[in-house]
Formats: sequence, C-alpha cells, structure tokens
Amino acid sequence: MSALKRHPSLVVMFALALIFVFIVPQVTELYIINDMTVFAVMATLALSLALVWGFGGILSLGQSVFFGIGGYVYAITVLNTGESTIPILLGVVVPMAFAAVLGYFMFYGRISDIYLAVITLTVSLIFYHLIVSTSGGQWRIGKSPIGGYNGIPGLPPINVPGDPSARLGFEGKYYLSIIVLFLTYFGIRWLLATRFGRVAVSIRENEARTELIGYDARAYKLALYAIGAGVAGLAGVLYANWGGFISPVVFNIFFTAQIIVWVMVGGLGTLVGPMLAAVAIQYLVTQLGAAATSEIKAGLTIFGMRLDLKDFLDSNIILGVIFIVFTLFIPKGIVPFIRDWFSERRTHGRRQAESGSPAE
Amino acid sequence: MTAILETRDLSKRFGGVAAVDEVNFSLNDGELRCLIGPNGAGKSTFFKMLCGQLKPSEGQVLFRGNDITGAEPHGIARAGMGIKTQVPSVYDGLSLRENIMLSAWRTRTKRDALAIVEDLLMKIRLADQADRLVGHLAHGQRQWVELAMVLAQDPVLVLLDEPTAGMTLDEVESTAALIRDINQTYSIIVVEHDMQFIRMIAETVTVFHQGKILAEDQVDNIMRNPAVRDVYLGKQADRGA
Repeated sequence: MSALKRHPSLVVMFALALIFVFIVPQVTELYIINDMTVFAVMATLALSLALVWGFGGILSLGQSVFFGIGGYVYAITVLNTGESTIPILLGVVVPMAFAAVLGYFMFYGRISDIYLAVITLTVSLIFYHLIVSTSGGQWRIGKSPIGGYNGIPGLPPINVPGDPSARLGFEGKYYLSIIVLFLTYFGIRWLLATRFGRVAVSIRENEARTELIGYDARAYKLALYAIGAGVAGLAGVLYANWGGFISPVVFNIFFTAQIIVWVMVGGLGTLVGPMLAAVAIQYLVTQLGAAATSEIKAGLTIFGMRLDLKDFLDSNIILGVIFIVFTLFIPKGIVPFIRDWFSERRTHGRRQAESGSPAE
Repeated sequence: MTAILETRDLSKRFGGVAAVDEVNFSLNDGELRCLIGPNGAGKSTFFKMLCGQLKPSEGQVLFRGNDITGAEPHGIARAGMGIKTQVPSVYDGLSLRENIMLSAWRTRTKRDALAIVEDLLMKIRLADQADRLVGHLAHGQRQWVELAMVLAQDPVLVLLDEPTAGMTLDEVESTAALIRDINQTYSIIVVEHDMQFIRMIAETVTVFHQGKILAEDQVDNIMRNPAVRDVYLGKQADRGA
C-alpha cells in the first residue's frame, strides 16, 4: 500500500505492463494483437519525443528521422547478415551517433529553439528525398536494395540472438514490442529521477540559471537528444520488424507531424499522455483507413458540386482538426488537463498541496 | 590582502558606444563591495562580463589569478563565482526544494546535497514552503530562493545584482542581515540602486558613471563626494520625488 501511495503512477503502470504481457494475449484475437504491436511501437516513438521535447524542452520537429534511420539501418543490415542481433544494435546506435553529430552543431552553435525545430524538420525531408531518389537497381548496399519510394520489403523477423532459425511470429513481435514499450517507460522514469534528468528538466525551465549554477547546458541537451534518438531508432527497428517492411514514408512531413500531435495532445511534460495519445490517434487513423475504402455513400451536393464524406476521412485532415482543437481548447494536453481538474477538486476548501514532481 | 577579482582595461562597445570603458577594478578576498551608478552607467554590462553572459570587447577579467575573459558561464560558475541576476532567475515550474537541490547537487553526493538544502531552507526561512512551486512564491521570496541557490554552489565570490529589487522594507532589512552574514564566508559584490540598503551593508563603494569608475571610497565619503552627488544622488532624489 505504501508503494502505491508514494508512487501511484509507477504501480499502476507496472500492473498494466503485467496485464498487457500475461493476460491480453490470452484473450485477444491475433489480428488485434497485430494492431496492438504497431500501437506499442508508435507509443515508444511518442515516448522518445515526450522525453526530448516534453522534459528537455527541445522541439525536435523531425524526430521521425531517427525512427527512419533506425528502421533503414536495421533493414539493410538484417538483409545482409540474416541475423538480427547486430542489426538491432546498429538500429539504435546509428541514430544516436547521427543525433550526436547534428546536435553538436545545433547545441554548441547555440541556435535558438525555432531554428532547431526547422533544421530537424529539414533534415527529415532531406532524408525523404534522398531515399525516394534511390529506386533504380543500382542503388543497393550489399545484398539489400534501397528501393526508392517503394521501400525495402521482405525483411525477416527478429530472431533469437545467435539462432537465425528461431524467428518471432505475430505473438513474439507483440511480446517484444510491448515489453520494449514498458521498459522504455520505466527507463525514462528512472532517467528523469537521476541528477542528469533533473538537470535536463531544469534546462527546459531556465537554461541561463542552469549554466549559472555550473552545468554545461549544451552537453546535457546533446546527451538527452542522443538518448531520445536511440529510443526513436529502437522504435524504428521494431516497426520494420512488425511489417517486415520500411519505406521513406517514415521521413515525410505527415509522419513527423503526427509525433508532434501525439505529444501535444497527450500533454507536454508527461509520459503517459503521449503514449495514450499515440495509441488513440493510431487507432483512429487505422479505423479511418478502413472506412475510407469501404462503401460509404453519405455526402451532400452544394451548387451542383458533389462532396463525399469519404473524401474527408483523410487521416491528415483529421490529425489537423485534432491539432487545432487541442491548441485552442486544451493546449496543455489531456493528462495535465485531467490532473489539474482533479487537483482543483481535491484542494477545494483545503490548502493547495503542490506536487514538485513533473514526471508521470 | 590579495585580489580575488581584477579587471584590466575591461571594455564593452555596442556599435560606437562604449558601455564599459577601460575599467580597472579590484576586489580583495573577503571584501563586500557595492557598485552604484545611475541607469546606463555600465554597471550591468560590467556585471554581465564578469559572469560570462557578455563577451568583453577588450581587456581581461582575472578571477583567483586565472584569466576567465570570455569563458562560458558554467565554467565561471565552476571556478567559484555565484551569480544572482537582477530579475530572479529561478525555476518557476519546480519546487523550492528542487531549485536549491539542483544547485547543491552539482558538486556533492545526493545525501550531502539534501542536507545542505535543508540548512539553506532554514536560513532563508522558507522551510515550511519547501514543496511549493517557486512560481507561486512572492517576489521577495523568489529573490531569496535564488540567493539560496547561489549559496548552495558554495562559491568563493558572490555577485548580487539588485538583490532588494521589489522587496518591502522589512524584507530589505532581513536581506541586509543575510548579506552581512554570508560575507563572513564569501567575498561579495552588490550592484544596487537603493542608497538606504547600501548604508546598511557597505564599507567600500565603487561609483560607475558613463562606463568608467568615477569614484571609489568608504561609503560615508562617497555620500559627501560632490561629483557623486551630481551624477547619482541628484537623480536618486529626482526619482524619489
């Protein structure tokens, strides 16, 4: 009971982790398990930006670039080696190294937040165009084609380390993705409780003061940015593993904007919020995709112009609407909104008790 | 007496204007010095060059015998300089305890840092508010939180830029007492406008005017100095009127 009182969110998340690992797969259809696998991957990606932007204050508009690099590095190396262990490691390490180089110029150059956002977005778009222009058969790395817009299909699933014949099935992919998601969550909770994490949060709050008390803010931001890139890269590996496929769509502006929407809708400065928002919005997008290809006849005719409801079920339009609605009405995001509502009710008539811990 | 801080021909030009013009300044170890001067005299620019927030155009800053000219703010902090800025620079979104903890934690283990934090909370008499967000405190209390953060660094020299700005007279008096108390341990430079407050704490006063040092003397002599009265006290009287 005392653990529940001191760290209620940790206990709840641990219980959820047990439920998702031990109970959900027993009672759920395989096709739903397959959907949940990709939701877990997206939630992991959401966590990477929740850490970098929500806690570090670094608005990385192009967070998907690390996801994409992770996915591509994994795809190309696993097709070449046939064994997934080293490709997974490279899928984490290469995005981190790339983030370290890019971050070095951005943080040590002391460019302002808005330029950082634009640069990260631009880098993502550069990758998009770079990959798209590699469709010819001459573009290959070892045994793996790069594939241009069509991407790289036919990736073998992750295997048990050292045993390429023991490959993950649908359920194995689910277990791996859900465990990685929860380990990432608990790992970030731990990181934020360390001195490193507290200093990173203090830089978000007031960078000048953090420097005046003797911390090199540039180094902390660089390290946090690289850690976030590693998490995004790992999510990219699991994404490529999930569908056996990676394509340059992961570098385009819609995909990267989606991550921003997850974090904003879920709530900056929380971890649970972006995870939930990623799952909810991914679910919505999946449903819309199904609806858009179905036989919906609804629509109306204005001045002889036919407007079909189907045409408005485009996921980017829906994402845009969600983004605008939240910016206008719930700018803090869902989790802080609910938390404020509860704490207002609780302190009604009682002296306010503020919590200093922003972690959730 | 050895100089803990020295500037040699320190200058800062913005375009053609010399905000600070070849200033040679020296502070002895253990000293408490007040910097005064009318608005635009160059005090704040001088202050920002000492703590690394502005790079000098020319000249040198020597701190504990080392040249720190143009060093990064965190490096200067690590060399032993603690800085309280004019507008309280604190973490409004974090608790009072965490604000001070961040500063104490840099050079200490977690356990030692936590002990220091509790001491400082007592010292600034805000221990009962330790878990409140600093953004919710009154302005004067936020000034003290910042002062506690500076002390938690365990600096050698403390730079205070207008530490009593926005304080009530009661708070000004307790701040004066606090500054005299910490002067037992640290060398201090205070940039101030409030002459009443300067009388409470100062021994030696340096007067800035048009980017240069106009006078440097005991506080009573400074008050009687006709040149200082002209440029500074006259304006102070106008402002009060």
